[in-house]
Amino acid sequence: MSILVILLAVVFLGIASGSIGTFTFLRKRALLGDAIAHAVLPGVALGFMVTGTKMPFFLILGACFTGSLSIYLMNTIVQKSKLKMDTAIAVVLSGFFGIGILLITYIQRNYGSEQTGLDKFFFGKAAAMLYSDFIWLFAICILVIVCIYAFYKEFLLISFDKNYAKSVGLNVRLYEFLLSFLTVLVIVTGIQIVGIILMAALLVTPASSARFWTNKLSNLIILSSVIASISGIAGSLLSYSISKMPTGPWIVIFLSLIAVASILFAPKRGVVARNLKSKRLKKKMFHDNILKTFYHLSEADGSFNTLRTSSELRNRRYFEEPKLSLALRDLMKLDLVHQSENKWGLSNEGWIKAKRIVKVHRLWEMYLTKHLRISSDHVHDDADTIEHFISPELEKELEKLLAYPDEDPHHTKIPYT
Amino acid sequence: MDFLDLNFVWISLSALLIAIPCSLVGVFLVLRKMAMLGDAISHAVLPGIVIAYYFSDSYQSIPMLLGAASVGLLCTYLIETFNKVGRLQEDASIGVTYTWLFALGVVMISFMNDNVDLDQDCVLYGEIAYVPLDTLSIFGALIPRAVVNGSFLTTLIALLLIVGFKGFKLTTFDPVYATAIGISITFWHYLLMGMVSTVTILSFESIGAILVLAFLVIPPAIAYLLTNRLMSMIYLSMVFSLVAVILGYILAYKINSSISGAIASILALEFLVVFIGLQIFKILRRRATKVSYSN
Repeated sequence: MSILVILLAVVFLGIASGSIGTFTFLRKRALLGDAIAHAVLPGVALGFMVTGTKMPFFLILGACFTGSLSIYLMNTIVQKSKLKMDTAIAVVLSGFFGIGILLITYIQRNYGSEQTGLDKFFFGKAAAMLYSDFIWLFAICILVIVCIYAFYKEFLLISFDKNYAKSVGLNVRLYEFLLSFLTVLVIVTGIQIVGIILMAALLVTPASSARFWTNKLSNLIILSSVIASISGIAGSLLSYSISKMPTGPWIVIFLSLIAVASILFAPKRGVVARNLKSKRLKKKMFHDNILKTFYHLSEADGSFNTLRTSSELRNRRYFEEPKLSLALRDLMKLDLVHQSENKWGLSNEGWIKAKRIVKVHRLWEMYLTKHLRISSDHVHDDADTIEHFISPELEKELEKLLAYPDEDPHHTKIPYT
Repeated sequence: MDFLDLNFVWISLSALLIAIPCSLVGVFLVLRKMAMLGDAISHAVLPGIVIAYYFSDSYQSIPMLLGAASVGLLCTYLIETFNKVGRLQEDASIGVTYTWLFALGVVMISFMNDNVDLDQDCVLYGEIAYVPLDTLSIFGALIPRAVVNGSFLTTLIALLLIVGFKGFKLTTFDPVYATAIGISITFWHYLLMGMVSTVTILSFESIGAILVLAFLVIPPAIAYLLTNRLMSMIYLSMVFSLVAVILGYILAYKINSSISGAIASILALEFLVVFIGLQIFKILRRRATKVSYSN
């Protein structure tokens, strides 16, 4: 088999496993896929023992049989006993795998050494692929694409809202069966390239990575197919160019690198992006609180032109010290605050911002007391949080709804600009 | 009884010395609904095993073993981090983490193939049939290394369980109460996972990394079908392990196949028999009550 054919084969496998794996992932069946992959082993051995040939068709038939049997058993165990899904999966996985090893060893010791080819199923051997395997892979890939295209809506429904699917009269069991059947087919084909143990990765890892980049099911399917294919190509090329390097594990390592990168660096959902966002928000809230405190101090003594020391600010509201000085310097850069000697005052722009925060805070308190009938001594904390997030549109709505009240529930004046 | 010889004694003894600590740890895995975490760890310790082989070719030193076991803790930590910090759903975190570590282990084996006496088959099957060949001399008697290791493992796990029984029990059955009286859930969780890793590392040479899972999960699962009491569950799962070890050895001997595979197969068969038996029992009892009502 030339390298080109092998590359084509891993791309087909990538498309098939990436797209069907999206549904495995969304339906939270990742570990079920793992168990099916392990349960295929005794089927392969049985296929060989019953027919006496290594023709892929019979091996795949046997594999499909035990793979499907394992799904049935796991569901039955959970339904008919007090054992939970995790134990059912672990029992079926290890039980079938044990039987598989018993049978494979039996074949190796009793049918002569030329039959050891069966053990390629453990870790997969892309290079040992036959032409018939290639055709089979191509057929499965087409079948998966056609089924997903034809039943896109149905698959979407049972993945996201099974109860709704039932209530609109969808034959949920039929489509679940179809999805499971396709999953078994993909697993059975895939193990010849990546092996039984790592097949779970090919199903779950691409979808796990893709999930961090998109919210749309169609994009998710395409992206996870692309990720699986790229990792497949990278893994095969690496094992082709360095001798003795196994293909399957390298594919999985590339897949995992993409997954870790996605978890960390994806925009919006990634860890880094989320941390940055929460830091920005915290900073904004801190700034808002400082501006607001300037207003409160001036409101208390009636003079809006007096400069304040940082200890005056801290007496009014609790601020951590080094943080306060740093934040004041930041605010100075934004031209919201000016400094002379050790005292600070708000600029015109600073006053506008401070007034707005105090205004929306008090409007919100009014809203809670008037429209939600919450007593006036319970509304402050809520308003203290929401004042940072009220948008200009919401601000206008509140003003209109409450008809520009003069005072908040605690009878302090609401500042309008 | 042509299979009854010294080999039978040593092999089944070493299998039993794996099965007992596995059952002890596995009972808590099943009760805590963490069986798949056991699966993940039993795969994920592979890189640790490879490193241990690389640095000490005979793979006996205890510090080395503990180092390898820490990879299991790393796996637990990664799964939790992906789940909580990375917000990846739990089943996917498990799937991503252990396949990655296992793949890393296999790649490491192929890099060091010339320096390390460890191959992929060994990872899968283990070589329990060769147990009697690798002996240590203790007080002048030749005892298989696997039996010595197994005794150490069984003692260690049993001691940890006896000392920490209250902690394990409380954090398993009533984590909220345990937290309220100041018991750290995290500590006992990681201790249990550390025990799972240690059990895997010490038994993989004999039975292979994946079949450890059968020893860990199936006996407690059978016992849990039959009883609700913790102590009965522990005793019952040890009994089922013992029966499987003996029947498995005989089966493997009769059909000339893998011993560890045969033991795991018998365990699966035991589960099937108990499960079906219980279903039949349920149906019969339902029928009996129906009859008594109609009278």
